[in-house]
Amino acid sequence: MVDLSVDISGLKLKNPIMPASGTFSEDLAEVFDLERLGAHVTKTITRGWRDGNPTPRVCEVNGSMLNSIGIPSKGVGAFIEKVVPFYAHYETPLVVSISGNTADEFATLCSEVSVPGVAAIEVNISCPNIEEDGKAFAIRPSSTHDVMRKLRAATDLPLWAKLTPNTGETSEVARAAEEAGADALVVANTILSMAIDINTRRPKLGNLMGGLSGPSLKPIALRMAYQCARATSIPVIGCGGISTVEDVIEYLIAGASAVQVGTATFIHPTIMLSLIDGLEDWLSNQGLSSVKDLIGTVIDGEQDEAVVFMEAAP
Amino acid sequence: MDDVPSIKAFELPLSVKSNEPVNGEYRLLVLAAPHDILKRCRAGQFFHLLCPQAGGETPFLRRPMSIYGFYPEKGELHFLYKVTGAGTRALASLALGDRLNVLGPLGEPFTIADDWQDLVLVARGVGLATLAPLALEANRLGRRLTAICSARHPDYLMSTDYFASLGADVITLTDAEGTSDLDNLEKVIEGLIAAGRADAFYTCGSNRMLRLLQTIGERHGIPGQIALEQQMACGIGMCHCCVRPFNRGDRQVHLRVCREGPVFDMMEAIAW
Repeated sequence: MVDLSVDISGLKLKNPIMPASGTFSEDLAEVFDLERLGAHVTKTITRGWRDGNPTPRVCEVNGSMLNSIGIPSKGVGAFIEKVVPFYAHYETPLVVSISGNTADEFATLCSEVSVPGVAAIEVNISCPNIEEDGKAFAIRPSSTHDVMRKLRAATDLPLWAKLTPNTGETSEVARAAEEAGADALVVANTILSMAIDINTRRPKLGNLMGGLSGPSLKPIALRMAYQCARATSIPVIGCGGISTVEDVIEYLIAGASAVQVGTATFIHPTIMLSLIDGLEDWLSNQGLSSVKDLIGTVIDGEQDEAVVFMEAAP
Repeated sequence: MDDVPSIKAFELPLSVKSNEPVNGEYRLLVLAAPHDILKRCRAGQFFHLLCPQAGGETPFLRRPMSIYGFYPEKGELHFLYKVTGAGTRALASLALGDRLNVLGPLGEPFTIADDWQDLVLVARGVGLATLAPLALEANRLGRRLTAICSARHPDYLMSTDYFASLGADVITLTDAEGTSDLDNLEKVIEGLIAAGRADAFYTCGSNRMLRLLQTIGERHGIPGQIALEQQMACGIGMCHCCVRPFNRGDRQVHLRVCREGPVFDMMEAIAW
Protein backbone atom coordinates (compact mmCIF):
# COMPACT_ATOMS: atom_id res chain seq x y z
CA MET A 1 0.00 0.00 0.00
CA VAL A 2 1.34 3.38 -1.01
CA ASP A 3 0.37 6.36 1.10
CA LEU A 4 -0.92 8.97 -1.35
CA SER A 5 -2.05 11.46 1.27
CA VAL A 6 -0.53 14.92 1.41
CA ASP A 7 -0.78 17.81 3.82
CA ILE A 8 -1.44 21.33 2.53
CA SER A 9 -0.69 23.52 5.55
CA GLY A 10 -2.82 21.42 7.85
CA LEU A 11 -5.47 20.41 5.34
CA LYS A 12 -5.08 16.69 4.74
CA LEU A 13 -5.87 15.37 1.25
CA LYS A 14 -6.25 11.63 0.63
CA ASN A 15 -4.33 12.01 -2.62
CA PRO A 16 -2.59 14.88 -4.39
CA ILE A 17 -4.89 14.98 -7.45
CA MET A 18 -7.57 17.64 -7.67
CA PRO A 19 -9.32 19.56 -10.44
CA ALA A 20 -8.23 23.00 -11.58
CA SER A 21 -10.80 25.73 -11.11
CA GLY A 22 -13.00 26.26 -14.15
CA THR A 23 -12.65 22.72 -15.42
CA PHE A 24 -14.80 21.06 -12.78
CA SER A 25 -18.36 21.25 -11.50
CA GLU A 26 -21.16 19.18 -10.00
CA ASP A 27 -21.88 18.03 -13.56
CA LEU A 28 -18.84 15.76 -13.48
CA ALA A 29 -20.59 13.67 -10.80
CA GLU A 30 -22.58 12.19 -13.68
CA VAL A 31 -19.38 10.72 -15.12
CA PHE A 32 -17.55 9.32 -12.06
CA ASP A 33 -17.58 9.21 -8.26
CA LEU A 34 -16.14 12.55 -7.15
CA GLU A 35 -15.27 11.09 -3.75
CA ARG A 36 -12.10 9.65 -5.26
CA LEU A 37 -10.49 13.06 -5.75
CA GLY A 38 -8.04 14.67 -3.34
CA ALA A 39 -10.10 17.86 -3.24
CA HIS A 40 -12.97 19.56 -5.06
CA VAL A 41 -12.16 22.98 -6.49
CA THR A 42 -15.07 25.08 -7.74
CA LYS A 43 -15.17 27.36 -10.73
CA THR A 44 -14.30 30.91 -9.67
CA ILE A 45 -17.25 32.88 -8.36
CA THR A 46 -17.64 36.62 -7.96
CA ARG A 47 -19.87 38.40 -5.42
CA GLY A 48 -22.41 39.54 -7.94
CA TRP A 49 -23.86 38.08 -11.09
CA ARG A 50 -21.60 38.07 -14.14
CA ASP A 51 -22.57 37.15 -17.67
CA GLY A 52 -19.14 36.16 -18.99
CA ASN A 53 -17.47 37.03 -22.27
CA PRO A 54 -18.83 36.98 -25.85
CA THR A 55 -18.56 33.74 -27.83
CA PRO A 56 -16.50 32.06 -29.20
CA ARG A 57 -15.12 31.47 -25.74
CA VAL A 58 -12.63 28.75 -26.63
CA CYS A 59 -10.50 27.80 -29.58
CA GLU A 60 -7.98 25.08 -30.10
CA VAL A 61 -4.38 25.62 -31.05
CA ASN A 62 -1.93 22.88 -31.86
CA GLY A 63 -2.14 20.45 -28.95
CA SER A 64 -3.66 22.96 -26.54
CA MET A 65 -6.49 25.46 -26.20
CA LEU A 66 -7.25 29.10 -25.49
CA ASN A 67 -10.21 30.20 -23.41
CA SER A 68 -11.83 33.45 -22.58
CA ILE A 69 -14.89 32.40 -20.62
CA GLY A 70 -14.96 35.54 -18.50
CA ILE A 71 -16.02 34.08 -15.14
CA PRO A 72 -19.79 33.87 -15.57
CA SER A 73 -21.09 33.73 -12.00
CA LYS A 74 -24.49 33.47 -10.36
CA GLY A 75 -23.12 35.31 -7.35
CA VAL A 76 -22.35 34.36 -3.79
CA GLY A 77 -25.96 33.85 -2.64
CA ALA A 78 -26.72 31.18 -5.22
CA PHE A 79 -23.36 29.59 -4.53
CA ILE A 80 -23.93 29.19 -0.80
CA GLU A 81 -27.50 28.05 -1.31
CA LYS A 82 -26.92 25.52 -4.09
CA VAL A 83 -23.26 24.60 -4.58
CA VAL A 84 -21.93 24.25 -1.04
CA PRO A 85 -24.77 21.85 -0.01
CA PHE A 86 -24.10 19.69 -3.06
CA TYR A 87 -20.51 19.05 -1.98
CA ALA A 88 -21.64 18.28 1.58
CA HIS A 89 -22.45 14.82 0.20
CA TYR A 90 -18.73 14.15 0.01
CA GLU A 91 -15.98 13.84 2.60
CA THR A 92 -13.50 15.26 0.07
CA PRO A 93 -12.53 18.81 1.11
CA LEU A 94 -14.24 21.61 -0.80
CA VAL A 95 -12.02 24.43 -2.03
CA VAL A 96 -13.89 27.51 -3.19
CA SER A 97 -12.31 29.67 -5.86
CA ILE A 98 -13.17 33.37 -5.67
CA SER A 99 -12.28 36.57 -7.45
CA GLY A 100 -13.02 40.27 -7.19
CA ASN A 101 -12.39 43.44 -9.13
CA THR A 102 -11.08 45.34 -6.14
CA ALA A 103 -9.20 44.16 -3.05
CA ASP A 104 -12.06 45.23 -0.74
CA GLU A 105 -14.75 43.50 -2.79
CA PHE A 106 -12.52 40.43 -2.93
CA ALA A 107 -12.11 40.44 0.85
CA THR A 108 -15.84 40.82 1.44
CA LEU A 109 -16.50 37.79 -0.74
CA CYS A 110 -13.74 35.89 1.06
CA SER A 111 -15.53 36.48 4.33
CA GLU A 112 -18.92 35.58 2.83
CA VAL A 113 -17.75 32.18 1.57
CA SER A 114 -16.11 31.27 4.88
CA VAL A 115 -18.99 29.00 5.80
CA PRO A 116 -19.25 25.45 7.18
CA GLY A 117 -18.57 22.96 4.40
CA VAL A 118 -15.79 25.03 2.86
CA ALA A 119 -12.33 23.65 3.70
CA ALA A 120 -10.14 26.23 1.96
CA ILE A 121 -10.42 29.27 -0.26
CA GLU A 122 -8.49 29.54 -3.49
CA VAL A 123 -8.09 33.21 -4.32
CA ASN A 124 -7.91 33.74 -8.05
CA ILE A 125 -5.67 36.80 -8.03
CA SER A 126 -4.45 35.91 -11.49
CA CYS A 127 -7.34 35.55 -13.89
CA PRO A 128 -6.22 37.21 -17.12
CA ASN A 129 -9.73 38.09 -18.25
CA ILE A 130 -11.37 39.82 -15.36
CA GLU A 131 -9.58 43.11 -15.67
CA GLU A 132 -8.67 44.97 -18.78
CA ASP A 133 -5.61 43.89 -20.75
CA GLY A 134 -5.23 40.84 -18.53
CA LYS A 135 -4.04 42.90 -15.59
CA ALA A 136 -4.35 41.00 -12.36
CA PHE A 137 -3.25 41.38 -8.75
CA ALA A 138 -0.63 38.65 -9.06
CA ILE A 139 1.30 40.40 -11.82
CA ARG A 140 3.16 42.55 -9.26
CA PRO A 141 4.46 41.78 -5.74
CA SER A 142 2.98 45.01 -4.28
CA SER A 143 -0.59 44.43 -5.52
CA THR A 144 -0.30 40.77 -4.51
CA HIS A 145 0.71 41.76 -0.99
CA ASP A 146 -2.05 44.36 -0.68
CA VAL A 147 -4.87 42.05 -1.74
CA MET A 148 -3.56 39.03 0.19
CA ARG A 149 -3.32 41.08 3.39
CA LYS A 150 -6.99 42.03 3.10
CA LEU A 151 -8.00 38.49 2.22
CA ARG A 152 -6.03 37.12 5.16
CA ALA A 153 -7.87 39.45 7.51
CA ALA A 154 -11.21 38.33 6.07
CA THR A 155 -11.06 34.61 6.88
CA ASP A 156 -9.62 31.98 9.20
CA LEU A 157 -9.83 29.32 6.51
CA PRO A 158 -6.71 28.23 4.62
CA LEU A 159 -5.97 30.64 1.77
CA TRP A 160 -4.52 29.35 -1.47
CA ALA A 161 -3.22 32.08 -3.77
CA LYS A 162 -3.47 31.25 -7.46
CA LEU A 163 -0.58 32.89 -9.26
CA THR A 164 -0.22 33.95 -12.87
CA PRO A 165 2.40 33.21 -15.51
CA ASN A 166 1.77 36.73 -16.83
CA THR A 167 4.48 38.18 -14.63
CA GLY A 168 8.21 38.70 -14.78
CA GLU A 169 8.45 38.51 -10.99
CA THR A 170 7.40 34.98 -10.13
CA SER A 171 9.48 34.48 -7.00
CA GLU A 172 8.83 38.01 -5.70
CA VAL A 173 5.07 37.58 -6.15
CA ALA A 174 5.25 34.18 -4.42
CA ARG A 175 7.13 35.67 -1.46
CA ALA A 176 4.70 38.59 -1.28
CA ALA A 177 1.77 36.17 -1.07
CA GLU A 178 3.53 34.14 1.62
CA GLU A 179 4.42 37.22 3.67
CA ALA A 180 0.84 38.47 3.49
CA GLY A 181 -0.45 35.21 4.92
CA ALA A 182 -1.13 32.75 2.06
CA ASP A 183 -1.20 29.13 3.27
CA ALA A 184 -0.40 27.68 -0.15
CA LEU A 185 0.31 28.74 -3.72
CA VAL A 186 -1.45 27.37 -6.79
CA VAL A 187 1.00 27.67 -9.66
CA ALA A 188 -0.33 28.68 -12.10
CA ASN A 189 -3.25 30.08 -14.04
CA THR A 190 -3.32 30.32 -17.86
CA ILE A 191 -1.00 32.55 -19.87
CA LEU A 192 -2.41 35.37 -21.99
CA SER A 193 -2.51 34.31 -25.63
CA MET A 194 -4.08 34.96 -29.00
CA ALA A 195 -5.10 33.15 -32.19
CA ILE A 196 -6.32 34.60 -35.50
CA ASP A 197 -8.31 32.92 -38.27
CA ILE A 198 -6.25 33.67 -41.37
CA ASN A 199 -9.26 33.39 -43.69
CA THR A 200 -11.52 35.81 -41.86
CA ARG A 201 -8.62 37.74 -40.26
CA ARG A 202 -10.65 37.81 -37.07
CA PRO A 203 -9.30 36.75 -33.67
CA LYS A 204 -10.57 33.27 -32.88
CA LEU A 205 -11.86 34.34 -29.45
CA GLY A 206 -14.79 36.71 -29.00
CA ASN A 207 -12.77 38.53 -26.36
CA LEU A 208 -9.75 38.85 -28.72
CA MET A 209 -7.34 37.24 -26.27
CA GLY A 210 -7.54 34.45 -23.74
CA GLY A 211 -5.64 32.03 -21.58
CA LEU A 212 -3.52 29.22 -22.99
CA SER A 213 -3.93 25.87 -21.26
CA GLY A 214 -3.06 22.30 -22.07
CA PRO A 215 0.24 20.48 -22.65
CA SER A 216 2.03 23.49 -24.17
CA LEU A 217 1.65 25.42 -20.90
CA LYS A 218 3.29 22.70 -18.82
CA PRO A 219 7.00 23.60 -19.08
CA ILE A 220 6.20 27.20 -18.13
CA ALA A 221 4.02 26.33 -15.15
CA LEU A 222 6.44 23.63 -14.05
CA ARG A 223 9.30 26.15 -14.05
CA MET A 224 7.17 28.49 -11.94
CA ALA A 225 6.13 25.74 -9.52
CA TYR A 226 9.81 24.90 -9.03
CA GLN A 227 10.71 28.56 -8.46
CA CYS A 228 7.84 29.10 -6.02
CA ALA A 229 8.75 25.97 -4.06
CA ARG A 230 12.32 27.26 -3.82
CA ALA A 231 11.30 30.83 -3.01
CA THR A 232 8.83 30.08 -0.19
CA SER A 233 8.25 27.62 2.60
CA ILE A 234 4.52 27.14 2.01
CA PRO A 235 3.13 24.25 -0.06
CA VAL A 236 2.91 24.67 -3.81
CA ILE A 237 0.09 23.10 -5.79
CA GLY A 238 1.23 22.58 -9.38
CA CYS A 239 -1.19 23.43 -12.16
CA GLY A 240 -0.67 23.68 -15.89
CA GLY A 241 -0.82 21.22 -18.74
CA ILE A 242 -0.95 18.01 -16.72
CA SER A 243 -2.28 15.18 -18.84
CA THR A 244 -0.17 12.14 -17.96
CA VAL A 245 1.05 10.51 -14.76
CA GLU A 246 4.58 11.48 -15.78
CA ASP A 247 3.48 15.13 -15.71
CA VAL A 248 2.18 14.66 -12.15
CA ILE A 249 5.43 13.05 -11.06
CA GLU A 250 7.46 15.82 -12.66
CA TYR A 251 5.57 18.52 -10.73
CA LEU A 252 5.97 16.61 -7.46
CA ILE A 253 9.71 16.20 -8.03
CA ALA A 254 9.92 19.94 -8.82
CA GLY A 255 8.50 20.64 -5.38
CA ALA A 256 4.73 20.67 -5.72
CA SER A 257 2.88 18.99 -2.84
CA ALA A 258 -0.21 18.36 -4.96
CA VAL A 259 -1.42 19.08 -8.47
CA GLN A 260 -4.48 20.39 -10.25
CA VAL A 261 -5.69 18.89 -13.51
CA GLY A 262 -7.69 21.08 -15.86
CA THR A 263 -7.84 20.99 -19.63
CA ALA A 264 -7.05 17.26 -19.73
CA THR A 265 -10.46 16.60 -18.11
CA PHE A 266 -12.12 18.17 -21.18
CA ILE A 267 -10.41 15.58 -23.37
CA HIS A 268 -10.74 12.62 -20.97
CA PRO A 269 -13.34 13.34 -18.27
CA THR A 270 -12.11 10.41 -16.14
CA ILE A 271 -8.41 11.27 -16.42
CA MET A 272 -8.00 12.27 -12.77
CA LEU A 273 -8.89 8.72 -11.74
CA SER A 274 -6.26 7.32 -14.14
CA LEU A 275 -3.70 9.74 -12.69
CA ILE A 276 -4.43 8.66 -9.10
CA ASP A 277 -4.11 4.98 -10.03
CA GLY A 278 -1.07 5.63 -12.21
CA LEU A 279 0.71 7.58 -9.48
CA GLU A 280 0.12 4.80 -6.97
CA ASP A 281 1.49 2.21 -9.42
CA TRP A 282 4.55 4.31 -10.24
CA LEU A 283 5.42 4.95 -6.59
CA SER A 284 4.96 1.29 -5.82
CA ASN A 285 7.24 0.29 -8.70
CA GLN A 286 9.82 2.76 -7.40
CA GLY A 287 9.65 1.16 -3.97
CA LEU A 288 8.34 4.35 -2.39
CA SER A 289 5.82 3.93 0.42
CA SER A 290 4.63 7.54 0.47
CA VAL A 291 4.13 10.21 -2.14
CA LYS A 292 5.70 12.62 0.34
CA ASP A 293 9.03 10.92 -0.31
CA LEU A 294 8.90 12.20 -3.88
CA ILE A 295 7.99 15.83 -3.27
CA GLY A 296 10.81 18.29 -3.94
CA THR A 297 13.40 15.63 -4.76
CA VAL A 298 14.69 17.41 -7.85
CA ILE A 299 18.48 17.16 -8.09
CA ASP A 300 19.41 20.70 -9.02
CA GLY A 301 22.86 20.90 -7.46
CA GLU A 302 24.39 24.03 -6.04
CA GLN A 303 22.93 26.77 -8.19
CA ASP A 304 23.15 30.51 -7.71
CA GLU A 305 19.88 32.17 -6.77
CA ALA A 306 20.17 34.09 -10.02
CA VAL A 307 19.94 30.81 -11.89
CA VAL A 308 17.14 29.30 -9.79
CA PHE A 309 14.99 32.40 -10.05
CA MET A 310 15.80 33.46 -13.62
CA GLU A 311 12.98 35.13 -15.51
CA ALA A 312 14.46 34.99 -19.00
CA ALA A 313 15.85 32.10 -21.01
CA PRO A 314 19.63 32.01 -20.73
CA MET B 1 -31.86 18.43 -1.01
CA ASP B 2 -30.97 16.44 -4.09
CA ASP B 3 -28.79 13.42 -3.66
CA VAL B 4 -25.54 12.84 -5.47
CA PRO B 5 -26.37 12.29 -9.16
CA SER B 6 -26.04 8.82 -10.60
CA ILE B 7 -23.61 8.10 -13.42
CA LYS B 8 -25.32 9.03 -16.67
CA ALA B 9 -22.53 9.58 -19.19
CA PHE B 10 -19.74 7.21 -20.08
CA GLU B 11 -16.31 7.66 -21.61
CA LEU B 12 -15.33 4.58 -23.60
CA PRO B 13 -13.74 3.43 -26.84
CA LEU B 14 -16.18 1.93 -29.36
CA SER B 15 -15.23 -0.06 -32.40
CA VAL B 16 -16.18 1.01 -35.92
CA LYS B 17 -18.59 -1.31 -37.77
CA SER B 18 -18.76 0.83 -40.90
CA ASN B 19 -18.04 4.34 -42.10
CA GLU B 20 -19.36 4.88 -45.63
CA PRO B 21 -20.57 7.82 -47.75
CA VAL B 22 -24.36 8.00 -48.05
CA ASN B 23 -24.29 10.61 -50.81
CA GLY B 24 -21.93 13.20 -52.26
CA GLU B 25 -21.83 15.15 -49.01
CA TYR B 26 -22.57 12.98 -46.02
CA ARG B 27 -21.13 9.88 -44.40
CA LEU B 28 -22.65 7.40 -41.96
CA LEU B 29 -20.52 6.16 -39.08
CA VAL B 30 -21.77 3.00 -37.35
CA LEU B 31 -20.21 2.06 -34.01
CA ALA B 32 -20.67 -1.12 -31.99
CA ALA B 33 -21.97 0.04 -28.60
CA PRO B 34 -22.95 -1.69 -25.36
CA HIS B 35 -26.65 -2.29 -24.81
CA ASP B 36 -26.80 -0.41 -21.49
CA ILE B 37 -25.48 2.79 -23.11
CA LEU B 38 -27.80 2.54 -26.12
CA LYS B 39 -30.73 2.03 -23.77
CA ARG B 40 -29.98 5.41 -22.18
CA CYS B 41 -29.91 7.33 -25.47
CA ARG B 42 -32.76 9.67 -26.36
CA ALA B 43 -33.57 11.57 -29.54
CA GLY B 44 -31.83 14.95 -29.57
CA GLN B 45 -28.93 13.92 -27.33
CA PHE B 46 -25.33 13.92 -28.49
CA PHE B 47 -22.00 12.24 -27.96
CA HIS B 48 -18.70 14.05 -27.57
CA LEU B 49 -16.23 12.38 -29.93
CA LEU B 50 -12.47 12.26 -29.50
CA CYS B 51 -11.49 12.47 -33.16
CA PRO B 52 -8.31 10.58 -34.01
CA GLN B 53 -5.20 12.20 -35.46
CA ALA B 54 -5.22 11.91 -39.22
CA GLY B 55 -3.30 13.36 -42.13
CA GLY B 56 -0.99 15.39 -39.88
CA GLU B 57 -3.93 17.13 -38.21
CA THR B 58 -4.44 16.84 -34.49
CA PRO B 59 -7.91 17.89 -33.41
CA PHE B 60 -7.38 18.73 -29.71
CA LEU B 61 -10.85 19.12 -28.27
CA ARG B 62 -13.66 16.61 -28.62
CA ARG B 63 -16.36 17.24 -31.22
CA PRO B 64 -20.03 17.11 -30.27
CA MET B 65 -22.21 15.12 -32.67
CA SER B 66 -25.92 14.48 -32.39
CA ILE B 67 -27.11 10.90 -32.37
CA TYR B 68 -28.49 9.87 -35.78
CA GLY B 69 -29.69 6.47 -34.64
CA PHE B 70 -29.43 4.16 -31.64
CA TYR B 71 -30.43 0.52 -31.81
CA PRO B 72 -30.10 -1.42 -28.54
CA GLU B 73 -31.32 -4.59 -30.27
CA LYS B 74 -28.53 -4.42 -32.89
CA GLY B 75 -25.93 -2.92 -30.55
CA GLU B 76 -25.36 0.01 -32.91
CA LEU B 77 -24.85 3.74 -32.51
CA HIS B 78 -25.09 5.83 -35.70
CA PHE B 79 -23.74 9.28 -36.58
CA LEU B 80 -24.37 11.13 -39.84
CA TYR B 81 -21.78 13.78 -40.65
CA LYS B 82 -20.44 16.06 -43.33
CA VAL B 83 -16.69 16.55 -43.65
CA THR B 84 -16.10 20.23 -42.87
CA GLY B 85 -12.95 20.50 -40.75
CA ALA B 86 -10.10 18.74 -38.97
CA GLY B 87 -12.41 16.79 -36.66
CA THR B 88 -14.73 15.42 -39.33
CA ARG B 89 -11.81 14.75 -41.72
CA ALA B 90 -10.35 12.61 -38.96
CA LEU B 91 -13.68 10.83 -38.49
CA ALA B 92 -13.78 10.08 -42.21
CA SER B 93 -10.44 8.27 -41.87
CA LEU B 94 -11.85 5.68 -39.45
CA ALA B 95 -11.89 2.15 -40.87
CA LEU B 96 -13.62 -1.07 -39.87
CA GLY B 97 -12.37 -2.21 -36.47
CA ASP B 98 -10.78 1.14 -35.53
CA ARG B 99 -11.62 2.48 -32.10
CA LEU B 100 -13.27 5.82 -31.45
CA ASN B 101 -13.38 7.20 -27.90
CA VAL B 102 -16.86 8.58 -27.19
CA LEU B 103 -18.39 10.39 -24.22
CA GLY B 104 -22.12 10.27 -23.72
CA PRO B 105 -25.01 10.24 -24.06
CA LEU B 106 -25.11 13.93 -23.17
CA GLY B 107 -27.63 16.78 -23.10
CA GLU B 108 -31.36 17.19 -22.82
CA PRO B 109 -33.41 15.26 -25.40
CA PHE B 110 -36.49 16.22 -27.39
CA THR B 111 -39.71 15.72 -25.49
CA ILE B 112 -43.12 14.82 -26.89
CA ALA B 113 -45.93 16.08 -24.66
CA ASP B 114 -48.88 13.74 -24.07
CA ASP B 115 -51.27 15.95 -26.02
CA TRP B 116 -49.01 16.38 -29.05
CA GLN B 117 -50.57 13.83 -31.39
CA ASP B 118 -49.49 15.35 -34.71
CA LEU B 119 -45.85 16.27 -34.93
CA VAL B 120 -44.23 18.33 -37.65
CA LEU B 121 -40.52 18.02 -38.22
CA VAL B 122 -38.87 20.71 -40.33
CA ALA B 123 -35.21 20.40 -41.24
CA ARG B 124 -32.66 21.12 -43.86
CA GLY B 125 -29.40 19.42 -44.73
CA VAL B 126 -27.56 17.78 -41.87
CA GLY B 127 -30.25 19.01 -39.48
CA LEU B 128 -32.15 15.95 -40.59
CA ALA B 129 -29.56 13.80 -38.80
CA THR B 130 -30.49 15.31 -35.45
CA LEU B 131 -34.22 14.92 -36.07
CA ALA B 132 -34.09 11.36 -37.43
CA PRO B 133 -34.24 9.62 -34.03
CA LEU B 134 -37.28 11.75 -33.17
CA ALA B 135 -39.15 9.92 -35.94
CA LEU B 136 -38.32 6.64 -34.26
CA GLU B 137 -39.57 7.95 -30.92
CA ALA B 138 -42.78 9.30 -32.48
CA ASN B 139 -43.34 5.91 -34.09
CA ARG B 140 -42.80 4.12 -30.75
CA LEU B 141 -45.34 6.43 -29.09
CA GLY B 142 -47.84 6.04 -31.95
CA ARG B 143 -47.84 9.74 -32.88
CA ARG B 144 -48.43 10.95 -36.42
CA LEU B 145 -45.45 12.64 -37.97
CA THR B 146 -45.00 14.88 -40.98
CA ALA B 147 -41.37 15.28 -42.01
CA ILE B 148 -40.65 18.34 -44.12
CA CYS B 149 -37.18 17.74 -45.55
CA SER B 150 -35.35 20.52 -47.35
CA ALA B 151 -32.09 20.30 -49.31
CA ARG B 152 -30.16 21.99 -52.08
CA HIS B 153 -30.81 19.12 -54.49
CA PRO B 154 -32.95 15.95 -54.44
CA ASP B 155 -29.68 13.92 -54.35
CA TYR B 156 -28.84 15.47 -50.98
CA LEU B 157 -32.15 14.67 -49.36
CA MET B 158 -31.44 12.31 -46.54
CA SER B 159 -33.49 10.09 -44.32
CA THR B 160 -36.66 10.46 -46.39
CA ASP B 161 -36.95 6.68 -46.85
CA TYR B 162 -36.19 6.26 -43.19
CA PHE B 163 -38.96 8.69 -42.18
CA ALA B 164 -41.38 7.01 -44.59
CA SER B 165 -40.53 3.56 -43.22
CA LEU B 166 -41.55 4.81 -39.78
CA GLY B 167 -44.96 5.84 -41.11
CA ALA B 168 -44.21 9.54 -41.50
CA ASP B 169 -45.70 11.66 -44.26
CA VAL B 170 -42.66 12.99 -46.09
CA ILE B 171 -42.72 16.34 -47.88
CA THR B 172 -39.54 17.20 -49.81
CA LEU B 173 -38.51 20.72 -50.78
CA THR B 174 -35.40 21.45 -52.82
CA ASP B 175 -33.60 24.49 -54.18
CA ALA B 176 -33.13 22.68 -57.51
CA GLU B 177 -36.90 22.26 -57.89
CA GLY B 178 -37.58 25.77 -56.62
CA THR B 179 -39.76 24.50 -53.77
CA SER B 180 -37.56 25.25 -50.76
CA ASP B 181 -38.18 28.99 -50.44
CA LEU B 182 -39.67 30.23 -47.19
CA ASP B 183 -42.93 31.36 -48.79
CA ASN B 184 -43.59 27.88 -50.06
CA LEU B 185 -42.54 26.33 -46.74
CA GLU B 186 -44.99 28.62 -44.97
CA LYS B 187 -47.78 27.52 -47.32
CA VAL B 188 -47.00 23.86 -46.71
CA ILE B 189 -47.02 24.35 -42.94
CA GLU B 190 -50.20 26.45 -42.99
CA GLY B 191 -51.79 23.62 -45.00
CA LEU B 192 -50.87 21.13 -42.29
CA ILE B 193 -52.25 23.42 -39.58
CA ALA B 194 -55.53 23.85 -41.52
CA ALA B 195 -55.78 20.05 -41.74
CA GLY B 196 -55.28 19.74 -37.96
CA ARG B 197 -51.95 18.03 -38.43
CA ALA B 198 -49.64 20.29 -36.40
CA ASP B 199 -49.65 20.10 -32.60
CA ALA B 200 -45.92 20.80 -32.28
CA PHE B 201 -42.88 21.69 -34.39
CA TYR B 202 -39.40 20.23 -34.21
CA THR B 203 -36.49 21.82 -36.02
CA CYS B 204 -32.79 22.50 -35.98
CA GLY B 205 -29.96 24.05 -37.89
CA SER B 206 -31.57 26.81 -39.96
CA ASN B 207 -31.89 30.38 -38.79
CA ARG B 208 -34.48 31.26 -41.43
CA MET B 209 -36.60 28.24 -40.62
CA LEU B 210 -36.47 29.11 -36.92
CA ARG B 211 -37.76 32.62 -37.57
CA LEU B 212 -40.55 31.31 -39.79
CA LEU B 213 -41.60 28.64 -37.30
CA GLN B 214 -41.58 31.16 -34.46
CA THR B 215 -43.86 33.44 -36.49
CA ILE B 216 -46.23 30.62 -37.40
CA GLY B 217 -46.07 29.20 -33.87
CA GLU B 218 -47.01 32.55 -32.38
CA ARG B 219 -49.79 33.06 -34.93
CA HIS B 220 -51.46 29.77 -34.07
CA GLY B 221 -50.25 29.10 -30.52
CA ILE B 222 -48.32 26.03 -31.58
CA PRO B 223 -45.29 25.08 -29.42
CA GLY B 224 -42.03 23.69 -30.68
CA GLN B 225 -38.54 22.55 -29.87
CA ILE B 226 -35.23 23.30 -31.54
CA ALA B 227 -31.89 21.53 -31.36
CA LEU B 228 -29.03 24.04 -31.44
CA GLU B 229 -25.32 23.80 -32.03
CA GLN B 230 -22.45 25.68 -30.48
CA GLN B 231 -18.72 25.15 -30.27
CA MET B 232 -17.98 23.10 -27.16
CA ALA B 233 -15.01 22.21 -25.01
CA CYS B 234 -16.03 19.93 -22.11
CA GLY B 235 -19.51 18.93 -23.36
CA ILE B 236 -20.84 18.25 -19.86
CA GLY B 237 -21.43 21.72 -18.43
CA MET B 238 -18.21 22.58 -16.63
CA CYS B 239 -16.54 25.11 -18.89
CA HIS B 240 -19.42 27.43 -19.91
CA CYS B 241 -17.99 27.90 -23.39
CA CYS B 242 -21.05 26.80 -25.39
CA VAL B 243 -23.58 29.35 -24.16
CA ARG B 244 -26.23 30.96 -26.37
CA PRO B 245 -28.74 33.70 -25.55
CA PHE B 246 -32.44 32.88 -25.02
CA ASN B 247 -35.50 34.98 -24.30
CA ARG B 248 -37.02 33.96 -21.01
CA GLY B 249 -39.87 36.08 -19.72
CA ASP B 250 -38.83 39.68 -20.17
CA ARG B 251 -35.11 39.10 -20.05
CA GLN B 252 -32.33 37.41 -21.96
CA VAL B 253 -30.45 34.52 -20.38
CA HIS B 254 -27.37 32.61 -21.46
CA LEU B 255 -27.77 28.86 -21.37
CA ARG B 256 -25.26 26.09 -22.04
CA VAL B 257 -26.03 24.21 -25.25
CA CYS B 258 -24.36 21.07 -23.84
CA ARG B 259 -26.23 21.06 -20.56
CA GLU B 260 -29.54 22.97 -20.68
CA GLY B 261 -29.70 21.94 -24.37
CA PRO B 262 -29.01 21.02 -27.10
CA VAL B 263 -32.82 20.89 -27.31
CA PHE B 264 -34.54 24.13 -26.33
CA ASP B 265 -38.00 25.68 -26.39
CA MET B 266 -38.33 26.98 -29.96
CA MET B 267 -40.08 30.16 -28.86
CA GLU B 268 -37.22 31.07 -26.47
CA ALA B 269 -34.48 30.56 -29.05
CA ILE B 270 -32.93 33.64 -30.61
CA ALA B 271 -32.08 33.61 -34.31
CA TRP B 272 -28.40 34.18 -34.97
